[in-house]
Amino acid sequence: MSPEQTSTRRQPLSTQSEWTFELLETYDREIARIAKDKFKLDTYPNQIEVIRSDQMMDAYSSVGMPINYNHWSFGKSFLSTEQNYQRGRMGLAYEIVINSSPCISYLMEENTMTMQALVIAHACYGHNSFFKGNYLFKTWTDAEGIIDYLQFARHYIAKCEERHGVEEVEKLLDSCHALSNYGVDRYKRPNPISAMQELKRQHQREDYIQQHLNDIWRTLPQKPQQQSSIEEVRFPSQPEENLLYFIEKNAPHLEAWQREILRIVRKTSQYFYPQKQTQVMNEGWATFWHYTLLHELYDEGLVTEGFMLEFLTSHTSVVAQPDFDSPYYSGINPYALGFAMMQDIRRICEHPTEEDKEWFPDIAGSNWLDTLHDAMQNYRDESFILQFLSPKIIREFHLFLVEDDDNVDTIGIDAIHNERGYQRVRENLAQQYNLGYREPDIQVYNVDLKGDRRLTLQHIMQDRKPLSEQASEVVKHLHRLWGYTVVLNSVDDQGVVKQSFRCS
Amino acid sequence: MSYIIDRRLNSKNKSTVNRQRFLKRYRKQIRKSVSDAVNQRNMTDMEQGESISIPKKDISEPVFGHGQGGRRTIVHPGNKEFAEGDRLPRPQGGEGGSGSGEGAGDSGEGMDDFVFQISQSEFLEFMFEDLELPNMVKRQLSGTDNFSYHQAGISEVGNANQMNLVRTMRSAQARRIALGGKKRKKRRALRQQLELLVEPLSESDQLQKLDIEEEIEVLTKKLNALPFIDEFDLKYNLKVKVPKPSPKAVMFCIMDVSGSMTQDIKNTAKRFFFLLYIFLQRNYKKIDVVFIRHHTQASEVDEETFFYDRETGGTVVSSALEMLGDIIEERYPPEQWNIYTAQASDGDNWPNDQPKCHQLMTEKILPLVQYFTYIEIGGNQPQELWHLYQGIQKDFSHNFATSRVEDNAGIYPVFRELFKKRIGHES
Repeated sequence: MSPEQTSTRRQPLSTQSEWTFELLETYDREIARIAKDKFKLDTYPNQIEVIRSDQMMDAYSSVGMPINYNHWSFGKSFLSTEQNYQRGRMGLAYEIVINSSPCISYLMEENTMTMQALVIAHACYGHNSFFKGNYLFKTWTDAEGIIDYLQFARHYIAKCEERHGVEEVEKLLDSCHALSNYGVDRYKRPNPISAMQELKRQHQREDYIQQHLNDIWRTLPQKPQQQSSIEEVRFPSQPEENLLYFIEKNAPHLEAWQREILRIVRKTSQYFYPQKQTQVMNEGWATFWHYTLLHELYDEGLVTEGFMLEFLTSHTSVVAQPDFDSPYYSGINPYALGFAMMQDIRRICEHPTEEDKEWFPDIAGSNWLDTLHDAMQNYRDESFILQFLSPKIIREFHLFLVEDDDNVDTIGIDAIHNERGYQRVRENLAQQYNLGYREPDIQVYNVDLKGDRRLTLQHIMQDRKPLSEQASEVVKHLHRLWGYTVVLNSVDDQGVVKQSFRCS
Repeated sequence: MSYIIDRRLNSKNKSTVNRQRFLKRYRKQIRKSVSDAVNQRNMTDMEQGESISIPKKDISEPVFGHGQGGRRTIVHPGNKEFAEGDRLPRPQGGEGGSGSGEGAGDSGEGMDDFVFQISQSEFLEFMFEDLELPNMVKRQLSGTDNFSYHQAGISEVGNANQMNLVRTMRSAQARRIALGGKKRKKRRALRQQLELLVEPLSESDQLQKLDIEEEIEVLTKKLNALPFIDEFDLKYNLKVKVPKPSPKAVMFCIMDVSGSMTQDIKNTAKRFFFLLYIFLQRNYKKIDVVFIRHHTQASEVDEETFFYDRETGGTVVSSALEMLGDIIEERYPPEQWNIYTAQASDGDNWPNDQPKCHQLMTEKILPLVQYFTYIEIGGNQPQELWHLYQGIQKDFSHNFATSRVEDNAGIYPVFRELFKKRIGHES
């Protein structure tokens, strides 16, 4: 591929489609060599596990984690995976990879050697280096500690089930799961977790909470002048976006173990938060690398043409992007967009056009490997698209922007892939990957400390978008956790309450 | 450095617990789905697994999401003919609403059913949940073909893998104590003597000391030569084979095939017989089925003839009952067999036959059978047989049940009713 590296062509590593453990090792060694020496991919150690397809389904349904606590909803997702798989409606993903150190990737035994090599390149070197390099993962997740923490969580919840009954725990988990999207700190950086410390801390917390519960409901009489002076003191003084955190710390009647379970769900949710924000980048990066690494193998003569044909067939179907009017269309395929953008960045660096020089003066003509590493390390989907989506990609994907406003009977095409549209398409696509925009903005607004302890939440409507009907169910879950009346108000940009949910 | 691990031999079914929890949680919905399936199924596929469908909204896990309405912008790929500023009619449903590619606000597709498979055994589990065979406790029997092994003390012979270590070591130690006791005692005495000889020693004392020391050495050698473990120390766990009673059951199907029984009624009856059969199968390893049909005369027939052969004529129920009694006497001694009888009829009987039926039932049959079920099929008024059996039932409520059913759809509920778990009615 690169002209300066003219290594002598060697014997192919294998010519059969069956894989063996020796071959896996050989391929892994060769891929690692190229990834590290040539492309500077820095990874956690790899732990490659070969599993059967039914084990893959197991892994699938517990959100991809090798261990997790028990809950019926994982059973539900297992059943639907099983159903879809057996009916042939869905192939299993070729791989699951876990952001941990060592980085665990699963290979399915049914795959051919080519597919195994593809997965090794994709997961063990692509995703793995992303987990290790991207700033979100660096700040928010602790790859060393996660498996231990899940182990702790599983034991803890199992113990709670013994002590308080499966049903009690299940109800609590249901409520927590309903709010798990609102159990993350978006700006504060969490402490790294370690199972041992966690266990110790948990005991301390339990004792402390039991003794001090609960400073917002202090029964000591307040000083009279404080009461009269400011009527409108709100609690919390600043709106709190991490609902689970707020409840864990402030709900009046939760017992210590319930608070701990809230915390477990919150921590798990926090752990997955970076993955939700880097779908396009993460998949794009991994796809780019399996593509590049396997081509490199081919250039060195280590794999055959047959191997490449099989690999490219599968690669092509992974990065296919159906058009909006196709029956297969279900949104933008993160593999397709991510891969195209990564390839495009390389192109802009290596062979910039006039247009590129105008749009990307900083990177046009720079060293592509450094630029790509920099992009991987310092962006998330939203900023990545805002920064790097080029007019060329917009043209290739024929992207267009639709505005759907319920005040108008028709929908409008706001921008298409032309000079006037590029910017707007890019901004809006980036916005689409902004979690803060995608999920309704809901915050704890007030607790009626002096009255009936009513918890008021505020939903700040963006572009007049209302909450879905499910909100009333979620408010019921909130009520179960809080123990007193819960009110959720949807407020428009004028501060007028448009919609209100209540459970008491 | 990478580690490659073969996990293929690891335990499967990691998700079993979660799956069970799901099934348990939605027990009610699944049971409904099963009961619908039972009513629609053919006899032959009654035992298969089933795909269960539950309304999605019943099992949804609610989260906050955006609903329809407001203003939103979406970027789509694959523009063909649109130009900036075009205005289009709003597409109905799917594309416009859920186009952003996230699963969160999928109110559009929420009405679909959630479909999944349960296995055959789970299907039967749900089908017969909360049902029990009355009067199960029974008759133990000869003719067994399986055994269980019970611990039965300790033996001197056996396989190495059955060796009882504790017993073996204990007996070895006992042997060593017993065999060495005398010598050890003697050695102790000699040692005491030795201690009495104190310096300075005379000539004779010197000699005596040497003698004693030599003797002690010999004794020690002999004691050391005692084997630590000997063959006859070995003790083995003794297991004995105990024949395990395997309960056998016989099921009698009795059906009226007189002219008044239409094919529809027969099908309904068949459904009932079949349900009873698979229910018995869950409780007994070996089941014999005997088909007796009757009009004015009874005959024992094979299954095919039983259900599909047409005959006409009057109805004399006692003929079948008599035959039932005879067959039990001849082939199925009640002390060895669990006897279940299911009778289906449209209720017709020749009036003069009633007293004989009464006598046969109360004297010959009901005392012998485990359980007798009678269903009367058809939407008419209760017929002769019904009235007769109602009278008998008072005296045999523990093993005689009757019910009326109109058509196929009623069979499963009636079946459940007949075999409902009776709380506090343990026999």
